[in-house]
Amino acid sequence: MRRVLLALLLALGCATLHAVDTTELSDPKLQARYIALTHELRCMQCQNETIADSPVGLAADMRRAVREMLLAGKSDDDVRNFMVARYGEFILFRPRFSARTAWLWLAPGVLLIIGAIVAVRVLRQRSALVGQDNEPLEEDISRP
Amino acid sequence: MNRFLVPLGAFALLAIVLAISIKHSPEKGIIPSPLIGKAAPPFNLPVLNDSTRTLSNADLKGRWYVFNVWGTWCVSCREEHPFLLQIQKSGLVPVIGLDWKDDDAQAREWLSQLGNPYQTIAVDREGRTAIDWGVYAAPESFLVNPQGIVVYKCTGELTPEIWQTQFVPRLAAGRAGS
Repeated sequence: MRRVLLALLLALGCATLHAVDTTELSDPKLQARYIALTHELRCMQCQNETIADSPVGLAADMRRAVREMLLAGKSDDDVRNFMVARYGEFILFRPRFSARTAWLWLAPGVLLIIGAIVAVRVLRQRSALVGQDNEPLEEDISRP
Repeated sequence: MNRFLVPLGAFALLAIVLAISIKHSPEKGIIPSPLIGKAAPPFNLPVLNDSTRTLSNADLKGRWYVFNVWGTWCVSCREEHPFLLQIQKSGLVPVIGLDWKDDDAQAREWLSQLGNPYQTIAVDREGRTAIDWGVYAAPESFLVNPQGIVVYKCTGELTPEIWQTQFVPRLAAGRAGS
């Protein structure tokens, strides 16, 4: 067991310490945008990793494309549009709001409101029941 | 009974919605290309077997072609290779190769060992053209029409079945119409 734990700890350590992307842009503002963008674009080859985290060649090529666009003065949306035009909406880890994705963005709010309404109604019913019940609790128990 | 009706109904509705989306979702791991119906992304690349030449889409306008992305590092490409040779033999449509992030010498050796199914091979050493075409997993095969529009994309190995059901009918329909 201890060995397994040790192995796990070591593996976790590796995962966090080993940075795939060591590129630094000289402009700190661009660097911040570069980091943000590469963390929201999907590596199409590994599909559950961002291009910032993926070690495959395609991710490196995509990071280079992001870098070059930023250095050329393109906006974040230009970069996203570039990738979506080539790979489709799937490349965005944060889907954009559209007719197709509306339910995805709105569903949590709608569910929360429904839940709140149900909760309020249940609580009201309960307190109404408690209000009707005037007999002390002990009598209930001691009843034959 | 009544108090369970609403949650049960909601659950059933959710199950139906999810079942429909799963049914309509594409095959696992295959993402539909946004390129279908659009102009083939422009490229202008060196040709593998002739260092004096380059190949661009402009050179390919006016005829059907299959754009096949491959590399010697790609295992499925080796499996696909004999069928590409068959396509070439059939003479139905020229196959243009895109040698993706590969070593030129290794690529030449591969072709001399396994045979060359390509009419021309463009070399994409840096992988820029591949990104423009939305390539993410070699092999990939695009069918492009004489107007330069991408008509179909096959991600992964091009099998005789996909060829017969997807490529051949589109070629036949396109040629009958023109």
